[in-house]
Amino acid sequence: MLRIDCPCCGVRDHSEFRYGGDATVERPAHDNPDLDAWYRYVYLRANPKGLHREYWQHVLGCRQWLVVERDTVTHSIHSVSFSRRQRA
Amino acid sequence: MTSTEKRLASGGYLDRSQVLKFMCDGRQYTGFKGDTLASALLASGVSLVGRSFKYHRPRGILSAGAEEPNALVTVGTGARREPNLPATMLELTSGLEAASQNNWPSLRFDVQSINSLFSPLLSSGFYYKTFMGPSRRAWMFYEHFIRKAAGLGKATMMPDPDVYDSRDDFTDVAVVGSGAAGLSAARAAAQAGARVLLIEQDFEIGGRLLSEPGGATWLHTMRTELEEMANVRIMRRTTAFGLYDGNTLALIEDADPFAGLVMNAARKTCTLLHARSIVFATGAIERPMVFPNNDRPGVMLNSAIRAYVNRYSVLPGRNVVIATADDSAYLTAFDLLAHGARVVIADARPLAEPTLLAKAKQMGAEVHLATNVTDVKGKYAVTGVVLAGKTGTIGVSCDLVGMSAGWSPVVHLTSHQGVKPVYRADIDAFVPGQLPETQFVAGAAGGSLSVSEAIAEGVSAGRAAAAVAGKVERVAEAPVLEIEETAGPTTVYKPIFGQRKAFVDFQMDVTLDDIQLAQREGYESVEHLKRYTTLGMGTDQGKTSNINALKVMAKLRGISIPEAGTTTFRPPYTPVAIGAVAGRATGHHFRPYRLTPIHDWHTANGAQMLEVGLWMRPWFFEASGRDVNTAYVNEMRLVRSTAGIMDISTLGKIDIQGPDAAAFLDRVYANGFASIKVGRARYGVMLRDDGIVFDDGTTTRLEQNRFFMTTSTAKAADVLSWLEFLLDTAWPDLRVSVSSVSDEWAGMSVAGPESGKILSAAFPDIDFSNEALPHMGLAGGTFNDSPLKIIRLSYSGERAYEIYVGASNGEAAWRHLIDVGAAYGLKPYGVEALGALRIEKGHVAGPEIDGRTTLSDLRMGRMVAKRSGYVGEALSHREAFQAANRQRLVGLKCIDPGKRLRGGALLFAPGEPLQGHGRGRMTSITYSPELDCYIGLGLLAADFKGDEVIASYPMKNEVVRARVVSPVFLDPAGERMHG
Repeated sequence: MLRIDCPCCGVRDHSEFRYGGDATVERPAHDNPDLDAWYRYVYLRANPKGLHREYWQHVLGCRQWLVVERDTVTHSIHSVSFSRRQRA
Repeated sequence: MTSTEKRLASGGYLDRSQVLKFMCDGRQYTGFKGDTLASALLASGVSLVGRSFKYHRPRGILSAGAEEPNALVTVGTGARREPNLPATMLELTSGLEAASQNNWPSLRFDVQSINSLFSPLLSSGFYYKTFMGPSRRAWMFYEHFIRKAAGLGKATMMPDPDVYDSRDDFTDVAVVGSGAAGLSAARAAAQAGARVLLIEQDFEIGGRLLSEPGGATWLHTMRTELEEMANVRIMRRTTAFGLYDGNTLALIEDADPFAGLVMNAARKTCTLLHARSIVFATGAIERPMVFPNNDRPGVMLNSAIRAYVNRYSVLPGRNVVIATADDSAYLTAFDLLAHGARVVIADARPLAEPTLLAKAKQMGAEVHLATNVTDVKGKYAVTGVVLAGKTGTIGVSCDLVGMSAGWSPVVHLTSHQGVKPVYRADIDAFVPGQLPETQFVAGAAGGSLSVSEAIAEGVSAGRAAAAVAGKVERVAEAPVLEIEETAGPTTVYKPIFGQRKAFVDFQMDVTLDDIQLAQREGYESVEHLKRYTTLGMGTDQGKTSNINALKVMAKLRGISIPEAGTTTFRPPYTPVAIGAVAGRATGHHFRPYRLTPIHDWHTANGAQMLEVGLWMRPWFFEASGRDVNTAYVNEMRLVRSTAGIMDISTLGKIDIQGPDAAAFLDRVYANGFASIKVGRARYGVMLRDDGIVFDDGTTTRLEQNRFFMTTSTAKAADVLSWLEFLLDTAWPDLRVSVSSVSDEWAGMSVAGPESGKILSAAFPDIDFSNEALPHMGLAGGTFNDSPLKIIRLSYSGERAYEIYVGASNGEAAWRHLIDVGAAYGLKPYGVEALGALRIEKGHVAGPEIDGRTTLSDLRMGRMVAKRSGYVGEALSHREAFQAANRQRLVGLKCIDPGKRLRGGALLFAPGEPLQGHGRGRMTSITYSPELDCYIGLGLLAADFKGDEVIASYPMKNEVVRARVVSPVFLDPAGERMHG
């Protein structure tokens, strides 16, 4: 029952979104052949208690991938931003 | 039955002009609009309404609300039979048909009440001890009989004929409960400027004020005012049954039975209410006392007696014993006395409020202090009680017993999100713990049992809740309500041990003895106690029993009540019809399926349709054969010998544009895409980051910076999301945009030796020669002034073309091809034949790309031999994927004459015992008309020696021999598709 304030579309129900996992892990460069770097990126997760940054895609709206800061204890959402803008 | 008529001449919240006839256990009764089934039965002199769960003891009506554990009835007949409904919550309607439960052959003479004689056998842990021992054989034998004997009502087995709704709703302030606190909160929040939704589970607004003879005027004023405010909505017959993240309340609303027939109207509506703030004004539930035979019909909660007298205008008894540990019971006694009943008060406390004592005596009541009920006489109805006090034991005859052991605030909703309730010794009750800043409690729900406190708290909670939504306009004082009221209990009520048949949980038949037994046997924690004795696990979820039980356990263990703690409160607060949660999303609407632009043609031309993933697709066409097995083989022959046409509109289609599009695809696909020329298509395979194959498809370079990608039907949505993920999160520097065009293009494939001729005839402006349009080539054109894309691609292994045209011209293009192609023998074919044709050709699909296979497992490792920098590359090289026994794609040919292969069969070496998971598995099978035998694709350990396997299919006990061959059964050089 989360309500996510999409920076493009406004406040929408979480059922319009698709969860995309941990946004804090750094993806290795596409041509990085290091097995260990990719192992850490794909499999190792911190599972923090409290604020957590995670990816959500507004699939039934603007289709943007967003970075949502959510409290894993209270499920309250502290910030929502475009992933692309953060990264570029 | 006028002799048992207990209705008072006037008063109450009844519409006496509307006389309602109803049936209960085959007899006709009458009541008024405003009655519940319980009040109407009581008014008619019916006190015995059911049998208990385990011992089949006669039971009556305990309460006047949602907490009712005893008076559960089955309502309706046939497909509308609904069991276990509390009579105390059932709004009386004309023609209501109710039946008591657990009573065979009749309510009065119940064969299974013999369980009562064996009750020592049915004590706590009975099932575990008897049946869950070293052997479970006893349980297997007895389960049927026990389930028949112990249980409640039976639900109908027929499909539900009614309509339900499920919806979302929004408000600034949600107020749960419409008693003094809730009404005050709603009014204050609305005056502050907030949008308010007031939720009341009853069909009447007012909560416990409806039981207050002096509350009517105040109630009327408040209700009228709220009804006139534009920013207030009132939902009656609506229970807030769960609290979820983000101040979301789940509500279940019953339709107004007096609203008249509305076509297709919902019987119940489930609402997810998103509120900025919530005021919990859910009130409190009175607790029963624990004494022997406290479950007899005619023993009621004092608050319930008060509700029946004042709200429903029923005098349930004329000769009443009021047992109490709480001042509020005196108000019940005064109301009974005022209606001419004889009242004996047994107050368990050594002292009571002097003004109350004086008034009781002045009104003619007999009061015994420090006195407890130690037995109840009468089986089907109360005939008397035994009172034990300082001066000894006396018998008192009576027809009604009231009891009060304090109040339990309804903390359920406030606890659903994990906020543990806290114990307040001064009122002997658990109250809500520290709530989030957007939630408030007012009145009895927070332990403030007096009406004046409830009003004051309601006003301040309403104001604060509105402020959360930014609404802070001036709030007027609430009207003053002057009524006689009492404070809460002044002492903690403690049940006396050593009493037999003293019920704690009425619905689950758990007695004081059972709790003592559980404690002796080590089930001390309240959570263990619950599971060992089933206490609190009934449809009432222990609303009247949980607190008494934990107090008993605390006493037995010698610990404090907060140390004992409560069990976890979980939704739903009251039972919820599952149909309402589903709403209209049932049957075909449960999961909508998609139709291609050519769907209507298929159904009009003999296609047997099949639900494939999200789509309806032609399975086979009846013209090809009566059943699928005949038809698909004929359709395979059609494609191999002449030509067939297939609807492929379901493929995912993605438009990829931008200066970096080629570089993007070169990373996304494991095999290279940078070198692909404009006007050419290429088969591509995508991996996941973990090195497993994700999806395959073809991508065509339409222009230098524009590509047309197709994905498998099943993965269309996932692939698009994945491409967007990579562009948004990993490579925002790439100048590429992707967009789904799946719905914009209709797709059809014409395959077979005659396909080139058919297309030349159909689209004479386009050159279909091998030179102009070779295999994997693209041709453009128009059809009906709509752009046309024709790509020469083959899935079946025959010369074949994929034709894409604007969706609105899809059916016209299909008809055109069918018309022109008829002369060449062109006919449609379905997905069964499509799947079979690709097996003959050794093409992998969903059964092989199953989320566990790598490129080399699928024998496609060579595609990436000289490549780097693609998604999934690094982890595809990990050691585990190179293991010698890794299962790899093989072809399998049945060599037992007259036998068939089966998908999912396990593969073993000849002579090996057919145990465990084998050395591999059969993934796809078909009959091959070309080879005249069953063939299949499978995954088989790479270190498997020999060219023969045993395919074992344990589900049908089939064992078949198969030869291991190349997965490409047909035309390995690809001459047919290039030719």
